[in-house]
Amino acid sequence: MNEEMTVVVNGEERQVDGTSTVLDLLYSLNLDPRAVVVELNREIVRRPSLGSTALHDGDQVELVHFVGGG
Amino acid sequence: MATTAETLTDTPLSVGGREFRSRLMVGTGKYRDNSTMIDAIDASGAEIVTVAVRRIDLDRTKEEGILHHLDPQQYFLLANTAGCYSADDAVRYARLAREAGFNEFIKLEVIGDEETLLPDVAGLLEATRTLVSEGFKVMAYTNDDLVTALRLEDAGCSAVMPLASPIGSGLGLVNPYNIRIIKRRLSAPVVVDAGVGTASDACITMEQGVDGILMNTALAAAENPVAMGTAMNRAVEAGRLAFLAGRMSQREIAMPSSPTTGMLG
Repeated sequence: MNEEMTVVVNGEERQVDGTSTVLDLLYSLNLDPRAVVVELNREIVRRPSLGSTALHDGDQVELVHFVGGG
Repeated sequence: MATTAETLTDTPLSVGGREFRSRLMVGTGKYRDNSTMIDAIDASGAEIVTVAVRRIDLDRTKEEGILHHLDPQQYFLLANTAGCYSADDAVRYARLAREAGFNEFIKLEVIGDEETLLPDVAGLLEATRTLVSEGFKVMAYTNDDLVTALRLEDAGCSAVMPLASPIGSGLGLVNPYNIRIIKRRLSAPVVVDAGVGTASDACITMEQGVDGILMNTALAAAENPVAMGTAMNRAVEAGRLAFLAGRMSQREIAMPSSPTTGMLG
């Protein structure tokens, strides 16, 4: 049985599988890893490392992209 | 007309070791819809387009990212740090923007006051130094203040971007004297950013001899953004050409244009 854990994604708590990586999180949110920039506990996770970076209970994740702006 | 223009050859805009085809840069915010935005940008002829970094809406209640509409092959994406009120925040946003993988340029904004959106120049200098040391090409949004502009240049900015007037105000170029002296004293490119309201503002700004101009609201909030894009395209070219042509000197009394001799007796 996989235990779940809680991570905070863009300010909201989410339950994820206890063995999730950052890449798993993106896939579970239907996000294309090439179109997202990830910050984990204030540190950027580079794209090649997304699949090897494990999430931990209480992690703070920011998922950002480009929007219209001046 | 084309031959007249061709007698004055202009060099392309060069920022951070890269040449650009247009001296006009435009933002992508506040358009009523994305197809209007794309058409307005195309009409403006701009190559550099600015974008902002924001959280993805995980509930998908809002519009998707701008790259669904804007082809990064066609435009040079210049990310900004709009909305940042400290050097640390601006550096954080700049790093995220660079990680998107398009380029190392950043339009650096460190805002100091919510009502006027005027820059916090101390924070701006601090963030500039950090980002330049990390290899960023920094284009810094700043006041029309010569000393700050000089300090930004010393700190390694690739371009200094003094305001024409406050962001989104549409007041036009309120202090051409300040902009002229900044341009005269700096070696770094000077790109006027913010405050332009209509085509004459853009033209007058370019007539000061600056290297370029960046605008957003003037297009996005026009009744017809696409027509305004065309107007701005022409205004920037007209202003640039007028600067290169060298304007006549001004005088406060008339001087006849027709001969004063040969009049009938």
